[in-house]
Amino acid sequence: MKDVTLKHRRAGFALDAEFDLHGARVTALFGPSGAGKSTIIAAIAGLLRPDRGRITIAGETVFDSQSGISVPPRARRIGVMFQDLRLFPHLSVEANLFYGWRRAASRPPRETADEVVELLGLSQLLKRKPQVLSGGERSRVALGRALLMGPRALLLDEPLASLDAARKAEILPYLERIVRETRIPMLYVSHALDEIARLADHIVLLNHGRVVAEGPVFDVTSRLDLFAGTQLIPGTVLPASVLRHDEALGLSEIVAGGEVLVVPRVAQSPGGEIRIRIDAEDIMLSLSRLDAVSANNVLPAFIADIRESGAHADVQLQVAGARLVARITRRSLQRLGLSPGQPVFAVIKSVTVGGREG
Amino acid sequence: MGGILTAAEWQALLLSLRVALAAVVFDLPFAFAAALLLARCRFPGKWLVDGFIHLPLVLPPVALGYLLLISLGTRAPLGAFLLANFGIRFVFSWTGAALASAILTFPFQVRAIRLSLESQEAGLSEAAGTLGAGPLDRLFTLHLPLAAPGILAGVITAFAACLGEFGAIITFVSNIPGETRTIPLAIYTAIQSPGGETAAARLAAISILLALAGLVLADTAGRRARASIGR
Repeated sequence: MKDVTLKHRRAGFALDAEFDLHGARVTALFGPSGAGKSTIIAAIAGLLRPDRGRITIAGETVFDSQSGISVPPRARRIGVMFQDLRLFPHLSVEANLFYGWRRAASRPPRETADEVVELLGLSQLLKRKPQVLSGGERSRVALGRALLMGPRALLLDEPLASLDAARKAEILPYLERIVRETRIPMLYVSHALDEIARLADHIVLLNHGRVVAEGPVFDVTSRLDLFAGTQLIPGTVLPASVLRHDEALGLSEIVAGGEVLVVPRVAQSPGGEIRIRIDAEDIMLSLSRLDAVSANNVLPAFIADIRESGAHADVQLQVAGARLVARITRRSLQRLGLSPGQPVFAVIKSVTVGGREG
Repeated sequence: MGGILTAAEWQALLLSLRVALAAVVFDLPFAFAAALLLARCRFPGKWLVDGFIHLPLVLPPVALGYLLLISLGTRAPLGAFLLANFGIRFVFSWTGAALASAILTFPFQVRAIRLSLESQEAGLSEAAGTLGAGPLDRLFTLHLPLAAPGILAGVITAFAACLGEFGAIITFVSNIPGETRTIPLAIYTAIQSPGGETAAARLAAISILLALAGLVLADTAGRRARASIGR
């Protein structure tokens, strides 16, 4: 039986989902708005009682409609970082951070708690009220508050959705550090592939209240069928390792999927593991090897599969040891006469480097 | 005490303040409980409870004073019982004036506190729940402090209303200088006595100044309370 099995029906919406949480890993709950992500989070946190189902978190069943188990939220020890943060406006940053910590039976020692506060860069803000903080600082307080209660699992409900790109870039490294340095299983809800590409090990893709696909992030992102019914833009996430740096040009060579790619200088030293993301819209296809082109990365590939929808076509490419997805227009598809099995060259306009290792 | 005010004026002023303060403080815990009941609970007959709590708003104060007199007078069963067993006497005493004021201004406190409880986001309570706080815990660490502006508004409105109370006091506890003669009663007495127009005018001026001071205080305190909860 899966860790989470939920059936819930409300006017105009039916949730029927089941998936596993994979121990101490980051599982991304990914899907467009209205797919049922928030309902799942609320049910796991104990804030919504599903019609039927079973929820097992870190080995303990917190809800089971069959045997009548429903642990109240305060006894579940599941930390939640809400999309709207829900900081207590009348309490200082410090009182907010330690609200759960003070009430937790199995809380981390005070020194560890202080380290988390330090790690989140909040040590200087403890006496302030949440409403005088910046958006990014508030997000960090919400994250810290959920962490300090010593949760068995952490639910992050679109933690970056309300932030602009600059604030997002400010928070992501903190999240990555938390993922690296704690062993708390996390369920990360998002409809932004870039966040998931950087953080998640495992993806559960939801659409219309159902699990459409589930699997390791590197497998799921290169599949074509997943994104068909959604408004999401596909993009492939790949593990990579650093080969060497070219200090003169400010570049690094990395190996991903058996091919060498040139990317802007990365922080990791040679041999270091990184993660890259190549968005489907950043890959052009060419029938001949383009030498006179500004893109640094042109890879020989075979077309594995094609899926057409609307004005565009998603083309799955087999490149050495990896699969990539390219999104082109259907007009281009016809003009080039592309079909499965055909050799092409993938002109990669941009590679996003970042996120957790491996 | 001398200066600008006469001894009788001081007496009336201090008595008014004492009666209003006692009434407001006495009311507060009950008003909070009633507001919590109305804001958070659903039960059959709620409309009846709601109506009963608001009854003093529409009840003629003189009628209330009469009801209090016939139930708490020293010869009435309840009044006699309180006097014999606890030594509590309301009639012809400032405590009776405070009790009448407390009943009449109870709805003001309940309404203001109820509004501030109802405007609290349910999400905060949910968040506190996931952080391990039970219902009572949340009441004291979340709902009560967040209701502070409402409590303050209710208390100040009720206090101001107490200062103006007349009918119930004069009916229930009479018009005794130094004991039950608050400012409104003193104004009434001055008007009734020949040549008392100046005294009445002075007392009316005191009332107005008191009301103005109350408004300023309410505004400052309200702004501070709202700032403390980030509104």
